Amino acid sequence: MSEVRGDAAEAFIHLRGVRKVYRTGAREHLAISDASFDVMPGELVSLVGPSGCGKSTLLKILSGLHPHDGGEVRIGSVATPFDPARDIGMVFQQPLLLKWRRILDNVLLPAEILGLPMAAARERARELLALVGLAGSEDKYPYELSGGMQQRAAIARALVHDPKLVLMDEPFGALDALTREKMNLELLRIWRESGKTIVFVTHGISEAVFLGTRVVVLTAGPARMADNFRIELPYPRTLDMKTQEAFGVYTRRIYALLGMA
Amino acid sequence: MTRLDTPAARWTFAVLAHAGLVLAWYLFVEIGRVPKFVMPSPQATLAALFVPDYAWGTNLAVTATEIFGGYFLALAVGVLLALVFTWSRPLEAIFLPLLVTLNMIPKVALGPLIIVWFKYGVFPNTLMAFSIAVFPILLTTARGLREVEPELLDLVRSLRGSRWQLFVKIQLPGALPYIFSGMKVASILAVAGAVVGEFLGSDKGLGYLMLQVQVTLDTPAMFMAVILITMLGMLLYGLVLLLERWLVVRDARLA
Repeated sequence: MSEVRGDAAEAFIHLRGVRKVYRTGAREHLAISDASFDVMPGELVSLVGPSGCGKSTLLKILSGLHPHDGGEVRIGSVATPFDPARDIGMVFQQPLLLKWRRILDNVLLPAEILGLPMAAARERARELLALVGLAGSEDKYPYELSGGMQQRAAIARALVHDPKLVLMDEPFGALDALTREKMNLELLRIWRESGKTIVFVTHGISEAVFLGTRVVVLTAGPARMADNFRIELPYPRTLDMKTQEAFGVYTRRIYALLGMA
Repeated sequence: MTRLDTPAARWTFAVLAHAGLVLAWYLFVEIGRVPKFVMPSPQATLAALFVPDYAWGTNLAVTATEIFGGYFLALAVGVLLALVFTWSRPLEAIFLPLLVTLNMIPKVALGPLIIVWFKYGVFPNTLMAFSIAVFPILLTTARGLREVEPELLDLVRSLRGSRWQLFVKIQLPGALPYIFSGMKVASILAVAGAVVGEFLGSDKGLGYLMLQVQVTLDTPAMFMAVILITMLGMLLYGLVLLLERWLVVRDARLA
């Protein structure tokens, strides 16, 4: 069922049979199992599934914040080395900007934590704010920006230390439907221009197909990976692709995997 | 209606409201022919300020020392203890419940004990102001330091950020609104603490003066003392507000 493309040795992310169990007292809760897929450098992978399918758990394993209980996880390859201490950018469902910092200083937070040279980081933060469409908002406070604009700033923050991998946990889940579609297009543009590898967690099936070079489908009860396939739709992607038959083939396939077809 | 929202308009109304209160006071006393020992007129109250025997300067300075001394001691100890609690879970587990219980003690009831232990004077009254002001600062600060979104914690940890970085860049600035809300409550309590201390036992201060003039029914002097104590409280509260404006971004402020 799983179609694994490319040479595993060249893969930037390599997962085989990853499994995670949470224990609360005597009770065990399977958070994810059977997760096996490879991600090539520069890919945008969508992890899609219902609540409790383990997609956020998988993201935490990739971020190095949670250990896994079984299987193999490797990030980085000879061609694309990976430093877990500084090659991860994170975007969450909430922008989580620091209210007391101006936008530019919010974007600079990872650079400060890593102790990067600040003059260069400041320059890069300005460029990134321009990239995400926030030129001119550098000196504003978060409360002066809309939810969508705050999330753009959060994306700039995730890129400021030039990480190789960006992990996004339902970053547009709190936005209204129209803003969300707009942000999808923006994300694709930012991804193309920055060339980052992105792992994008969502429970929006259409969003997963629209964004991804590849979709990994996870199911709940028991939490396991159900499928992993490439999305052969050309880039740049446009919203009218969503009405095309080829797009529908992919979304129907995911609905079927989730038992909703 | 929107014009009421401008700073100039709000200041004007604030001044007018205070002036109106003094005017109402004046009219009430004059028209009602209220005896001076029951309620003195504004002029009579002001005149009390010029009785040299009352040593207003010294008494004001003593009460101010007690209030401000107790308050800043409470601020230092309260914030420091809260810091210790966030750095050490076991210490918090042991001492925080204890402090919640101690907070329940009516601090005024400690007055006689404080006099037994420290005699009377500026120090025990400062201690009184301190003991009543420290808890709100400690409890709100501890609460504020704990309020860090777990995802922000993840963000810092994914970059291998140190505990110190987490504290300086996220926890402490995030806790400032809480610290200030505790500081505001504490500023009111510190004033009350110092004055009650002076009532219970002292030989100087505005509270002490009030007890002295009460014997001779010099109500204007009592009024004046209350006004001066209130102004000390306003000064402290105003300083806290100014500091908050300076340190805390508008949107982050708690009501």
